[in-house]
Amino acid sequence: MPKILNIVETAYRATIEEQDDTVLWLTHMLKNAGADISVLLRANAVNYAVKGQDASGLAFGETKMTHPPEIGKGVEKMIQKGVPVYLVEQDVDERGLSDADFVSGIKKVKREALPELIDQHDQVWHW
Amino acid sequence: MASEKTLTIAIMDAPYESANSTSALRIINAALEKGHNVNVFAYEGAVNLTMRAQQPHPNPVKGTSVEQEQHPTTKDWVASLFKLASTKDVKLDWVNCGLCVDERGAGDWIEGPRRGGPKDFLDASMASDATLVIPTK
Amino acid sequence: MAKYLLIESRDPFDSSDSQYFPELVQGISDRGNDTVLFLVQNGVLPVRKGSKYCEAMSRLIRNKIKVLADSFSLKERAISNLVEGVEIADMDRILDLLLEPGTRAIWH
Repeated sequence: MPKILNIVETAYRATIEEQDDTVLWLTHMLKNAGADISVLLRANAVNYAVKGQDASGLAFGETKMTHPPEIGKGVEKMIQKGVPVYLVEQDVDERGLSDADFVSGIKKVKREALPELIDQHDQVWHW
Repeated sequence: MASEKTLTIAIMDAPYESANSTSALRIINAALEKGHNVNVFAYEGAVNLTMRAQQPHPNPVKGTSVEQEQHPTTKDWVASLFKLASTKDVKLDWVNCGLCVDERGAGDWIEGPRRGGPKDFLDASMASDATLVIPTK
Repeated sequence: MAKYLLIESRDPFDSSDSQYFPELVQGISDRGNDTVLFLVQNGVLPVRKGSKYCEAMSRLIRNKIKVLADSFSLKERAISNLVEGVEIADMDRILDLLLEPGTRAIWH
């Protein structure tokens, strides 16, 4: 099975879609379908690995969002399922984040090491 | 003449909101013209590209009528791509992601596309000569 | 050595993240890979001579990376005075490159 790397960089686009980030959700589904898949979070998407994200409380008129996305938990679940999740180290630093902020199991990779990471995969899908 | 090669392309953008849609249609068109088979996985807003209810409209800025505007909507472009595939005797397999369709009310589409999901994209990709993902921003 | 077709559709004026993709292209090439950068949509804006970002393109070209610019995108933006070394190409070319066996295509 070819190795796939999903690179995610845009973040918090689809809060009202409920289901997680659209590409992280897709990654879960592809994994369930048998894909050998990893995730690289870069730019603002490094924030997806932060503990304690809370998108609850949205209501428009009388209609409430009863199941807000739980992206941090989704990332944790992904790791538990065996999907390697990488963060770009400099993107983390530039956003004032540290290891203590993240869910467990994240792997950090330096920006200059991205070509090597990419070379280790057969397909690289940049979202 | 068919090339026997297959390209799989994943797209996400809703009609008219991004230059990505233009580029995607250009790539699909060029691929079919060259005799390649094409699998399209329309994800998220891209499922709106094939909605049957799209209507052309006059242009009040230009002062043109519907007839004068001759304005194909994206469903017309896609229908034309299916026709091109048929003419070239190659396959255009257009999958609209089912859950994305449901939450957008985009289920009434032109002849040609079919309902599917992420597994269809994975299977298509694994069986293709090349895969291209065109993300939304 | 692998083959890479890297497609830049975004323009560097859009965000401060503008160095990411040219650096990635260079890094992939530095690892000995056969690397082509194809500029499309607003990604062609830096190749207009005199653009603030045309040096980034020139640098890639000096480093022996093939830089192609989509003919339709150039025409749409009335860009005719291009940085030296950029080659004008069209979607047929992108397809030929894409479908070369073993090519990894990354669209940004």
